[in-house]
Amino acid sequence: MMYLFNFFLAPFQDFAFMRHALVACLALALGCGPVGVLLVLKRMSLVGDALSHAVLPGVAIGFLASGLSLYAMTLGGIVAGLAVALVAGAVARFTLLKEDASFAAVYLMSLALGVLIVSLRGSNIDLIHILFGTILAVDDADLVLVASISSITLVTLSLIYRPLVVECFDPGYLRSVGGWGTVMHFIFLVLVVLNLVAGFRALGTLMAVGLMMVPAASARFWAREVWSMALVAVFIAMLSGYAGLILSFHVNLPSGPAIILTAGLCYIFSVMLGVHGSIYSRRKPGLHLGG
Amino acid sequence: MTAVVGPNGSGKSTLLKGLTGILHPLGGRIDRGNLKTSRIAYLPQAAEIDRSFPITILDVVSLGLWHHVGMFGGLKSKHWQQARQALGAVGLAGFEDRAIGNLSAGQFQRVLFARLLLQDCPVILLDEPFTAIDERTTADLLDVVRGWHAEKRTIIAVLHDLEQVQLFFPRTLMLAREPIGWGDTAEILTPENLQLCRRMSEAWDEAAEVCLISQP
Repeated sequence: MMYLFNFFLAPFQDFAFMRHALVACLALALGCGPVGVLLVLKRMSLVGDALSHAVLPGVAIGFLASGLSLYAMTLGGIVAGLAVALVAGAVARFTLLKEDASFAAVYLMSLALGVLIVSLRGSNIDLIHILFGTILAVDDADLVLVASISSITLVTLSLIYRPLVVECFDPGYLRSVGGWGTVMHFIFLVLVVLNLVAGFRALGTLMAVGLMMVPAASARFWAREVWSMALVAVFIAMLSGYAGLILSFHVNLPSGPAIILTAGLCYIFSVMLGVHGSIYSRRKPGLHLGG
Repeated sequence: MTAVVGPNGSGKSTLLKGLTGILHPLGGRIDRGNLKTSRIAYLPQAAEIDRSFPITILDVVSLGLWHHVGMFGGLKSKHWQQARQALGAVGLAGFEDRAIGNLSAGQFQRVLFARLLLQDCPVILLDEPFTAIDERTTADLLDVVRGWHAEKRTIIAVLHDLEQVQLFFPRTLMLAREPIGWGDTAEILTPENLQLCRRMSEAWDEAAEVCLISQP
């Protein structure tokens, strides 16, 4: 009993930085879960990835302007991410090019610019911090930021849930009933950027998207409706955050990759044994529904 | 109750899209009277619907109530009741909680018709609603369409099955890039007109000039 306590809970009792990290992960999971699910359903999984890279130049400019200041870097990240999302989204909506190609083109430009800025000034250590995050140095200001963004995300999503889901499911219908599809789409892109920026301090720009996409992709195997899928995704994200931190504490691994790899294990498990459409459920003879 | 017929590429779908307001006319204008485009129900030829999307059938049908519920309103038990009834009316009672991924193409078309039922619009546009649908389902859905007709709704349907048109649709508009004729079905579906249509589909001009707008 004592051993279990020491293993699973004591790290958080003994060390403030572990508590901070855990709370950051749980708050991130709340926002990233549903956003990731909608990205998966919109078939925009890689757009999240693209946006997470696109955040870099903004963060880098914030870093150049005022050092490792949370607010400058966050603001820079949000501005850069939104700029890329709006430009790429507009190109996809109003020209022949599809969403994936337009996002790829714009985010690569943004990423290159970011690497260029970071390499002009600053050492490699800084670049590594920005790319991979420092979850064990999350302070109170970071927590407030992450918690605010999660709250904004959940409130916004609950308001525009219906049009957003219909926009994913049947955009033509939403258009025919006059449902503001394009506006919903852009509000959603803003939420994606906000959540990625929330994740970058804790997990780094490269890993932030992991907590968004990997649990969401796993959730597809467990749920039949959008809301339940989002719940499963939040649960998996929280679980991976907790387990990843414990793992990184005991085995002395970097926390960001440990968290994402834990989520990855959940994903592999879901792919193999999930209830809907997994390898296992497809192998066993299907239940025939009467009627 | 009007059928729109004509060969592929003759502008039937374009006409419907124009009526719904998805496409704007290059020239001339569309007179919809006082009807808002959101009160024109439209069933596209190939809806951009992801059939693997995790959503239940009842949820899809209840979207037909958009006009009453709006973007943010909640569905009351009365609304769920209406959705169930609509589903029963297209012969899918008992399927409420299934995911749409489990449905056949015909069953899914029934679901879309149930949604049209709930939309309760005075004007209903159907773009090839019975393509790739078996006879039984077509007959059932035609019954639904005739129900709308009896309720004095306007139905405009793009169809390819001329026998169906003759049997069920009193009025016909024939298109072959330009209007060939519009009137009582018996007067429009004449051998001469059908001959005209056939010729249009053969006459494909590789080096066609961009048309200057000449339509009224």
